[in-house]
Amino acid sequence: MCGIVGLFLKDEALRPDLGRLLSEMLVTMTDRGPDSAGIAIYGAETPGRTKITVQSPAPARDFPGLAEALAAATGSAVEIARRDTHGVLTVAEDAAAAVRAALTTVAPEVRVMGVGAAVEIFKEVGKPADVVRRFGVAAMAGTHGIGHTRMATESAVTTLGAHPFSTGPDQCLVHNGSLSNHNNVRRVLRHRGARFETENDSEVAAAYLTDAMAGGRDLGAALAGALADLDGFFTFVVGTRSGFGVLRDPIACKPAVMAETDAYVAFGSEYRALAGLPGIETARVWEPEPATVYFWDHARAA
Amino acid sequence: MPTFDLAATPLRALNEALHAVGPGSNDTRFEVLNPRGAHAVAVGADAPVTIAVHGSVGYYCAGMNAEASVTVHGSAGPGVAENMMSGTVVVEGDASQYAGATGRGGLLVVKGNAASRCGISMKGIDIVVHGSVGHMSAFMAQSGNLVVLGDAGEALGDSLYEARLFVRGTVKSLGADCVEKEMRPEHVAILEDLLARAGARGVSPAEFRRYGSARRLYSFDIDNVDAY
Amino acid sequence: MSYRNPPTPPRKSATFDDHTLAEIRRAAATGIYDIRGGGTKRRVPHFDDLLFLGASISRYPLEGYRERCDTTVTLGSRFAKKPITLKIPITIAGMSFGSLSANAKEALGRGASLAGTSTTTGDGGMTEEERGHSKVLVYQYLPSRYGMNPRDLRRADAIEVVVGQGAKPGGGGMLLGQKISDRVAEMRTLPKGIDQRSACRHPDWTGPDDLEIKIFELRELTDWEKPIYVKIGGARPYYDTALAAKAGADVVVLDGMQGGTAATQDVFIEHVGQPTLACIRPAVKALQDLGLHRTVQLVVSGGVRSGADVAKALALGADAVSIGTAALVAIGDNDPKWQAEYEALGTTAGAYDDWHEGRDPAGITTQDPELAARLDPVAAGRRLANYLKVMTLEAQTIARACGHNHVHNLEPEDLVALTLEAAAMAGVPLAGTDWIPGRGGF
Repeated sequence: MCGIVGLFLKDEALRPDLGRLLSEMLVTMTDRGPDSAGIAIYGAETPGRTKITVQSPAPARDFPGLAEALAAATGSAVEIARRDTHGVLTVAEDAAAAVRAALTTVAPEVRVMGVGAAVEIFKEVGKPADVVRRFGVAAMAGTHGIGHTRMATESAVTTLGAHPFSTGPDQCLVHNGSLSNHNNVRRVLRHRGARFETENDSEVAAAYLTDAMAGGRDLGAALAGALADLDGFFTFVVGTRSGFGVLRDPIACKPAVMAETDAYVAFGSEYRALAGLPGIETARVWEPEPATVYFWDHARAA
Repeated sequence: MPTFDLAATPLRALNEALHAVGPGSNDTRFEVLNPRGAHAVAVGADAPVTIAVHGSVGYYCAGMNAEASVTVHGSAGPGVAENMMSGTVVVEGDASQYAGATGRGGLLVVKGNAASRCGISMKGIDIVVHGSVGHMSAFMAQSGNLVVLGDAGEALGDSLYEARLFVRGTVKSLGADCVEKEMRPEHVAILEDLLARAGARGVSPAEFRRYGSARRLYSFDIDNVDAY
Repeated sequence: MSYRNPPTPPRKSATFDDHTLAEIRRAAATGIYDIRGGGTKRRVPHFDDLLFLGASISRYPLEGYRERCDTTVTLGSRFAKKPITLKIPITIAGMSFGSLSANAKEALGRGASLAGTSTTTGDGGMTEEERGHSKVLVYQYLPSRYGMNPRDLRRADAIEVVVGQGAKPGGGGMLLGQKISDRVAEMRTLPKGIDQRSACRHPDWTGPDDLEIKIFELRELTDWEKPIYVKIGGARPYYDTALAAKAGADVVVLDGMQGGTAATQDVFIEHVGQPTLACIRPAVKALQDLGLHRTVQLVVSGGVRSGADVAKALALGADAVSIGTAALVAIGDNDPKWQAEYEALGTTAGAYDDWHEGRDPAGITTQDPELAARLDPVAAGRRLANYLKVMTLEAQTIARACGHNHVHNLEPEDLVALTLEAAAMAGVPLAGTDWIPGRGGF
């Protein structure tokens, strides 16, 4: 039960402003989700390199020397950019799996928030304004991003329970609503090899999409499958390396507003989230239809 | 003419001032600036005042309005004019879900489109939407008139009682127990009046179709169980 | 000499007992599920399974007639400018005009006012009878919004946003047409005599994030004066209580599965929701985890019958209780003096639950003018006041015996349980042991 926002930039000139705009959108959704907040930013890619966003409950203990220790354990260069409780490790694409494996022994309490060529994920317990300030989100640049403010329903208020949820490379999801069959779906996905960090229904939705896409479907097709397989109330906003999608359940009770201009596509749980965007006065503003997949992709547009 | 700039003044001051309007009050025109999607703007007015809101509003704008004339020069969030008793609410832009929900009287005009569940459980209100309405509009509608100049989404009028629905465009699907009905002279008269009051010019009642309750759900019958 | 088996007496199945067989035949014959009033009829763990530990040497009891044991309760002190203070921690639950006659509503208002407590409207709006005779009136805000209007909202002393009820958490329902009289039909804007189908969700919000905005609207509408209650059915009490509090409620009303209803499917009443006893501790824990216990008041209902029940609910952490069925019995529901008429309806005094049919011999759950005239609202109000005062005295007696000068000072440690089930549900030790089964959960 939450506030969700998303911003997909079509105009490259806006890319330096992505973090600032998303932060402002997120903070307006504080009332909908005062427990925790999170953001996924699709930022600059470096060819051949993968970014691993990690989080530590004790960053002062875990982060100093972490890059060196991982490099020693894997024989690959590892860089770390620290942001509060999170750090973004940059490693060679082919060393990513080895670095993740090494983390479990080098720093067992450090958790992986997300992995990908572009995505960086930052989320913490606390008021959205504090969370975005701690991570310096306003200064981040990128092509698209999604964010979430959480009012926890049935699972714990923890960092890992915050959104966005990422379960596959460059894939992440934010959710507003409440799934009613997530326990059964989790059991099926776990049997198929998925790993879960929380009891959160939204993590199941993220894992479902990842599983579907691992089977060869694109995000649009994976979302269409979610309509058949996920029960309950949901509005999802999802990000992929180059894409951005929106899906509401067939009943579509949870609020959702979208705006599109030549410069961007934006999503908000409420219009308030969009009110500060440039050119919103003349944007096309509409509410996504129930059970309808909306999908934008830089790769396709290019 | 009191003006409330919500960028500088708390919403509480606006609503308090509206509720303080008594008989003989000189303040009958209120201007509201910079709502920026705020919730509960101008709720619970209970006097024949005029309220102009310049910008888009969030949930429940003009909720439970009685007697006042409210114009939103922008779009409205969920539940605009919910449970309205009387008066007029005009949204120049679009309205989100639940527009006019459970409204008992008065006139709600949406110049743009209304999203899902427009007129849900309406109980006497008249709603005129210049654009289209979303799915499940007029769900369980009990009384009043819903006029849609554009199209209607899925499951129009599901489980409705005695509300009258008039749609000019296409209806994606009708809900349980909702059927097309004959347009009789009294319906044409109702439509003419509502179109005129809603400022819909150049539109003829003849272009509309009327929908209403088949009344098959009025008394339980196990053979209608698929509709429950 | 041939051996002969002794005759085997006929043996009926425990699975297919007489009631079950009759239900199967009834469904087959009529093609409709059983709709009835009241709450669950099966036995579930309840307050009866708890006992108080009176004081003796380790604790000192208070003297019954001299040393004060206070019973006042304030509801709505979190955000409302005008919280409600009641003389006794027992309120009258929401019951609609429509399900009840106008006289019955008046009697409830009179009785509650005499005893110094509040009564509550129901699904169908506010009547002049109850407003006029209720010193403190709580206005229910329901999914159907029947009879809802802002002027009554402002005439109320508190607003109760009804999300669910114990008899049917998650359910809307269908009230058959017999009771939709002219006046009821007008108040509800429905054609006379038709089945009324009630929605299970509110028409203009879903979920706690929207509820927060709805509560904000109601506060703005009433200038932040009225306490706002949120009523939930006892199904997922920990989360629902936490979310109601997070959404901004002043008071959470928690109705367990023994809570009554005017009319719902029997399958709902008997098979959905948790016993009241099982709901209280998780709800209290939710408030404690948020640091809001006693700041957001908890009112518990569903099967409260006596001062002992009141004291037990308060000891488990409730701030007050609410009664519905018991109040109807106090004013005359199911009274044996109408036995002949109950028999004519195919039932017996004490079992009559076809409240939706509107043929109540006691004149309470009916819109029939002749039957309704049987209930004298003044005398019935007096009976309810007597009953409320007796319950309060009983609760005070127990609180004093446990050494408390206010009934709110009762605590779980004043209780033990007679059964394993009750010990686990109430989170108190099994009598004679220090064992609380399942501790570690809520």
